[in-house]
Amino acid sequence: MEKNYYVCTGCGMLCDDIEVESEKNIVNKVHTACRVGVAHMKEGRESAVFRVDDKPVDEATAISEAAAILKNAKNPLIFGLGTSTNETQKLAIELARKTSATLDDTSSFCLGRVVEALLQNKFKVCTLDDVRNKADVTIFWGADPSDSHPRHLSKHSYFPRGTEKQRGWEEERTAIAIDVRKSHTAKICGNYFFQIPPGGDAEFIDALIAGLSGKLPKTSYNFPPKRILELANILKGAKFGVVFVGLGLVYSLENLEPLIRLMDALNEKANFHLIPMVGHYNMRGFNENLFEETGHVNSVKFEDGTVKHGPEYSIVESLKAKTVDAALIIGSDPLSSLPRSVAKNLLEIPVISLDPCETLTSRRAKVYINTAISGVESGGSATRMDGVKVNFKPVVETTRLSDEAVLKKIMEAL
Amino acid sequence: MTNAMELYQMLPKTNCKKCGKTSCMAFAVALMARELTPEDCPPLKEEPKYKESYEKISGLFKPSEGATETGLIVHEDLCFGCGNCVVACPVNVANDPYGVGSGNAPKNAGKLILTIEDGIVKAQNVGECRRFGKNKILCNGCIVTCPVEAIEFV
Ligand code: SF4
Ligand code: SF4
Ligand code: SF4
Ligand code: SF4
Repeated sequence: MEKNYYVCTGCGMLCDDIEVESEKNIVNKVHTACRVGVAHMKEGRESAVFRVDDKPVDEATAISEAAAILKNAKNPLIFGLGTSTNETQKLAIELARKTSATLDDTSSFCLGRVVEALLQNKFKVCTLDDVRNKADVTIFWGADPSDSHPRHLSKHSYFPRGTEKQRGWEEERTAIAIDVRKSHTAKICGNYFFQIPPGGDAEFIDALIAGLSGKLPKTSYNFPPKRILELANILKGAKFGVVFVGLGLVYSLENLEPLIRLMDALNEKANFHLIPMVGHYNMRGFNENLFEETGHVNSVKFEDGTVKHGPEYSIVESLKAKTVDAALIIGSDPLSSLPRSVAKNLLEIPVISLDPCETLTSRRAKVYINTAISGVESGGSATRMDGVKVNFKPVVETTRLSDEAVLKKIMEAL
Repeated sequence: MTNAMELYQMLPKTNCKKCGKTSCMAFAVALMARELTPEDCPPLKEEPKYKESYEKISGLFKPSEGATETGLIVHEDLCFGCGNCVVACPVNVANDPYGVGSGNAPKNAGKLILTIEDGIVKAQNVGECRRFGKNKILCNGCIVTCPVEAIEFV
């Protein structure tokens, strides 16, 4: 019996085994998805909203107003897209080219550096399916998938049986958590939880590398050397190891050099892969699509057929320096997520917000169009946290436009 | 959860045996073991002076109405549907190795003990649970794998 499975776009796991019971375009029951996924799938609402200057308008008015803003801007900022399909992202890149825009996504203050490094082949990588089938040692570093990607451990990284892991997690897998606090994931890891002080990651990496080559591991915070050696021994014995890199680790490192050194050291003694714990369902897609077009994963500026890249083209720096004079924000809420001192500059320029939900940004936007929920009310393709492409169809229908359709209309109006 | 002594303190303490037990203490133990329910003590249920105690004890045993013969209780408010217990349960694995046993959606949902519905774990077929029946063992697969202690056996 072939079942009709849907893909959940609730997080970067893109679980592809979800059964949904729906009636008259309302989701009634969801099977196998976690609570985050269920909430995401049941979020749907009925009618479309188009607003200009806080007043309801029709579709045509909203689109032409949005196009006018982009046309009049010298350097518009296009930002967001972490919860948009690959197709939408590619359109947005084209739009950025056309309007000489600055283009960025949340990865510039999140996991972008890691994705960039792995696209440049600085790490050995594998897929989540490899993890399920082969991994015997997994490290969650500065990541708490039990909270951020609830099915991570059960679907891939710890509990399931895999083709080469038939005897189950108790006998054949070791899960390790390295974090500044005892997270839910750390709790599952039991004795293999290593608690380090905030900012202590780089030193812990050095100590671990020392331990791997049999030297005495030292840290300024006196982490018991015996425990680091114990950890090093487990890692050395790994036949198929994986490091899941979370925001906690990335925020704590000034640059990726220590992490690259650690992965190299691990691969001298054993076999280790890296997967970034991407949160938004298609942030990795954005990074890859932009990389294909420009060689960069975020923070770019298009100008007369050329592409410039650098931190000054990130949302944070370009708002700080007030170099952008309009903004098109797609599926993101920078007014709430950025520091106030930066976000307030967004209030000085005309903003177009495309979002399925009302957010602080959408409420303050000059133009607001509430779009279909990508992956629930509209389909397309996306790139999972491990780089695997996933296609999906909508679960229910809606009268609201997808962000892809809105971008198309804006481009036609330009 | 409370213990038998605390329950005993709330009973009539007359040892009238109407419940079929030899004493109120024995009744309290039977309550804890879920052999009997608060209604099985006629004085407690009927006499107005015990009304408050009756309601309190009934309240204590309320969550257990969702409990199964094996005493498995799911705290639905805590569970967030991660599926760890579903994938770790040895009975689930044995009955559906390529579905939930491999981390995927159930291929054989009717045979499972634990499944996830609307983001919350649901228990069925609990007679199959390894903690139950003649050959019972102290399986704790679903307890130790839960990050939030949402499954409990009473
Ligand atoms: S883990 Fe993520 S993708 Fe999977 S069901 Fe939960 S929210 Fe959806
Ligand atoms: S019926 Fe009630 S009062 Fe009488 S012995 Fe049993 S528990 Fe005690
Ligand atoms: S106690 Fe064991 S057999 Fe029973 S439901 Fe939990 S994991 Fe399954
Ligand atoms: S392990 Fe706990 S939180 Fe996860 S599904 Fe089972 S009961 Fe719910």
